[in-house]
This record gives sequence, C-alpha cells and structure tokens, in this order.
Amino acid sequence: MPQLSINLLKADLNEQALLKGLANNDSKAVEALYKSHFNMIQHFVLNNNGSFDDARDVFQEAMITLYEKVQSSSFVLTCQIKTYLFSICKHLWLKRLQQMGKYSSPLSVQEESISVEEDLVAFEKKDAAFAIMDRALNSLGEPCKSLLEGYYINKKGMQELAQDFGYTNADNAKNQKYKCLMRLKKLFFTQYNIGD
Amino acid sequence: MEDIKLLETIEKYLTGEMSAQERELFETIRKNTPEIDQMVVEHSMFLQHMDIYANRRRFTKLTEKTFQHLFAAGEWTLDHTVPSKAKMIQLWNKYKKVAAIAASVGGFIALTTSAIIMYFSPSLNGNQLLQLSKAIEVIKKNQQVQGHLLNEVKSKVPENAKLISGGSGFLIDPKGFIITNAHVLKGNGAIVINNIGQELHASIIYADKDLDLALLKIVDEDFSAPAAIPFSIRKKMTDLGEEIFTLGYPRNDNDIVYGKGYLSAQTGYDGDSSTYQIQISANPGYSGAPLFNDKGEVIGIMSARQKLAEGVAFAIKSNKIIDLIASIKENDDKAEIKLKISKGGLSNTTNRKDQINIFKPYIFSVRSYN
Repeated sequence: MPQLSINLLKADLNEQALLKGLANNDSKAVEALYKSHFNMIQHFVLNNNGSFDDARDVFQEAMITLYEKVQSSSFVLTCQIKTYLFSICKHLWLKRLQQMGKYSSPLSVQEESISVEEDLVAFEKKDAAFAIMDRALNSLGEPCKSLLEGYYINKKGMQELAQDFGYTNADNAKNQKYKCLMRLKKLFFTQYNIGD
Repeated sequence: MEDIKLLETIEKYLTGEMSAQERELFETIRKNTPEIDQMVVEHSMFLQHMDIYANRRRFTKLTEKTFQHLFAAGEWTLDHTVPSKAKMIQLWNKYKKVAAIAASVGGFIALTTSAIIMYFSPSLNGNQLLQLSKAIEVIKKNQQVQGHLLNEVKSKVPENAKLISGGSGFLIDPKGFIITNAHVLKGNGAIVINNIGQELHASIIYADKDLDLALLKIVDEDFSAPAAIPFSIRKKMTDLGEEIFTLGYPRNDNDIVYGKGYLSAQTGYDGDSSTYQIQISANPGYSGAPLFNDKGEVIGIMSARQKLAEGVAFAIKSNKIIDLIASIKENDDKAEIKLKISKGGLSNTTNRKDQINIFKPYIFSVRSYN
C-alpha cells in the first residue's frame, strides 16, 4: 500500500469532488472523467477485438453504472475511479465478446481491476427495467409519448404543457396526462411481469 | 373518469402534494381498503422506475453531448478509418431474470372525495325577480358624447327610435363581439356605448332566451379593435365566499359604476344550477355586466336582482358563456369568435384600481331600440 502523502490526499479529495459532481449531473465532472479515463478504455477495447465505437459504448455504460451508484448516499468508492471504471468496462466488454461469439483468447489487460460482479447485477436489473419502460413509452404514440416525456423527464409544469400541446387549460392537460399514464403503466407492467 | 381521479389522488399523495389533513385521510383509506393500498404500492414502484428511467435518459444525453464535444475538439483520434456512428448503439437487451413484484389489482373501488357545499336556498314563493334592465318608456334625446370626443359627432341613435331596454355588456373577442343578457336586447337594433361615451352600432348575432345570454357584434367603422382582451373567462366553478366585483352601467348618465360583493351561493334562485347567488349592491342596468373574481377572471355575468332581499343578485355562471360560444360555433363553422379562457394562475395585477382602469374600456352600456 502506498504511503499516505499530501499528493495522494489531494487526489482523493479531487476524486470525491468529481464523484459528487457526477451525482449532481455536473457536466464539468462528466467531461473531466471522460478526459481522464476514456483513452485507457479505448486502448483496452481496441486491443481486444473492438472498435472505437465499441469503446465509446462500453465507456458510456460504465459511466452510467458509476452514475447510478453514486446516487445512493451509502456508496463509498474504495479504489480509484480509474480502477473502478476499468473493471466495469472489462467485465462489460468480455460479456459482449462472449455474446458476439468472438471471445477466444484471454483478454489483454494492462490495468488493475477489482470485482464488480455485484454492481453489475444491480445495473443489469436497472437496464432491463429501463428497456421495458423505453419500449412501452415508444409504443404509446403521440401525443402521449411527448406529453409524458414532457412531464416526467423534462419536468415541465402542467401549465407549460397545456400551452405546448394546445390544450385549453392545465386541467385538460392533466386529464390527458393521466389517460396516457394509465396506458403506459399497463404496457410497462405487462412486460415487466412476463420476464420471470 | 373515476380511475383517473383515483390515480391523480394517489400520485398527489406519493409526490407529497397533499396537505397534512388530506394525507391523514388518505392514509386511513389505505389502511381500510387493501385494494387502494395495493394500488398505492404499485404506483409508487412505477414512479420509482420512471424516476430511474428519466435520470438515465437525462444522464445519457449528457454523456453523449460531452463525448461529441470532446471528440469535435480533437481530444481523441480514431485509430481506424471506420466512420464513427452518430447515434448511440442500443444496448443489448437479453436478460435472464427480471425481478417482478406481482401487482394484482382486484376489485376497484371508486374513491369519491367531495367538497362540502354550503347550500342555501331561499324559499321564495311569489317573489318576483326584478329584471335589471332599464324599462324606459320613451326616450327621445340626442346623446351628446361625453368626455374627449368632438361635439360635432351626432348621436347614432336613429331618429324617432324608441328605447326599449338597456343594460351592460362586455367584449369577449377583440373583433368586436360583446356578450350580454338576452333580456337586455328586447328591441331590434342595438347601440353600445363605451366608458368614454363613444357610441357604436351593434348587430345581434345570437340570443338564447333559456340561458338569457346574447351575442352582439360591433359593426361600426368608428370601432378600433383592441389587440386583446385583458381578462379571461373562468371555466371552473367559483368558491363560496369568493370576493367579486362588477363594472356596469346602471345609471342614466352612462357613467361606469363599480360594485363589489361576494359569492353567497353556488346555485341561484330556486336551486338554479346555471347561476350563482351573489351579495352586491346592484341597481337596474347592471344586467349583462361582467362579474370578476379577485384575480380579474370573469366568473359570471350579472342577470337579475331579487326584489325583496336587499343586495341579493344573481349572475349567470361564466362556463355558460363558454357553452354559448361553443354551440354557436357548432352551428356556424364560419363563426370566428375566439374566447380567452382562464388557464389558472395569477393575473398580471390584482390591484383593484389597476384592474378597474384596465378593464373599463372593454365594458359597454347596451341599449336596444325599435
């Protein structure tokens, strides 16, 4: 274990600040993370049968995983961000290769990695639910899709939505929203309960 | 409809938008009604999923934007000649197991929450309602325009015309559409006069004797149409006790008069559901005057005064105006009336004097002749 030095302490604080920024959707934090770590991932993926686009996809997934982890206040990162991101990417890429039937030889690895099994199980669950919600939302058609996106994703108020969609007033918009919501719930839960 | 109401209530509960009292009441309902409780649990889970979904979509957009930005700035160079795709590749979606909470909603109980309406219905047998319109027998006078206009302007009242009835009315569409009571227009033609005494010809477009509402259109080249109507028409019911005010022309000298009061019942004479009962000092001539709430929304149109009780008056509910215009449009698709209906929220000013000054020019004295 390396000695605790001022530099390491500083780096630690930096990382804490980055993670906090990430949790708050701070674009500067996201940018810093990309700048610091994408190259390493790019090299890894390219050296293991992947393309630049593959690297981009995998890194994005890893970022989402990290993002969703830091949302919970009980999460404490016990290693460097670099190590964590790499571990996630390695795991994800390996899985992809296996699914594509491309995995034959051991991965060429230049970085340290830790076990991220648990984290990825949680991520996969969320991924599944996300896909179902996404499909359900997309099969609603208009104006339901845009109305619900406007309310739940873009966090617009009923007033604004009434104006956007040309409803006579906020109450009409609200009524329509609930009609759409009921359809969405039905679609979502049908799919969600099937997969077991 | 019930389903929607229930869902709305549940969502209000889960997002913390209920008052402490409402919460308590709802939680009791939850305890006593397992079906409702089940629905709450299910919706709570759904909202969580929605939350995660929304967060992820937003975050994904952020990472994509960041990547594009850095890539365009030359942060990373492609090692291959493979062109980079502009869109994100969809994540693969083969999943083994999805944990599911089985939510079965069995029977459905309609949740009715109703407000308590204080209903006061005066038993008035044999009382006559005084019409607020002026029943003037014969008036033959050349009206001089008051105030700022030139003296050479002649009155637009036709020679030898007999004034049959009169009251007030207000603009509901800048093109010159004025709403008033049907009983104000007992004659054939009408003249409207604004608050600075300008007279304008108006033709009667539509009269509904049952609703006691009528629509006039100003047809006069001296009329300069305003850009917009400064007040909106409220569609929803108005609460008991709501403070209200009116501007109208009850006097002979055509001076606009302000009156204020409050809503004393949500139904009118003998339980009439198309009118409100209000407490206000009303004089004849207020018929057809707009009734405003504190926010400056039109909540009704003055119609009649009850003879015996001092200060009791009735107003036709504002949603009837909306209904009238809708039915006119149904029968005549060339009708180009566009109503400004309230979208809720505060108006620009709630200072009474300001409101009066802003609204005055849109309220007219209406006189009907033969």
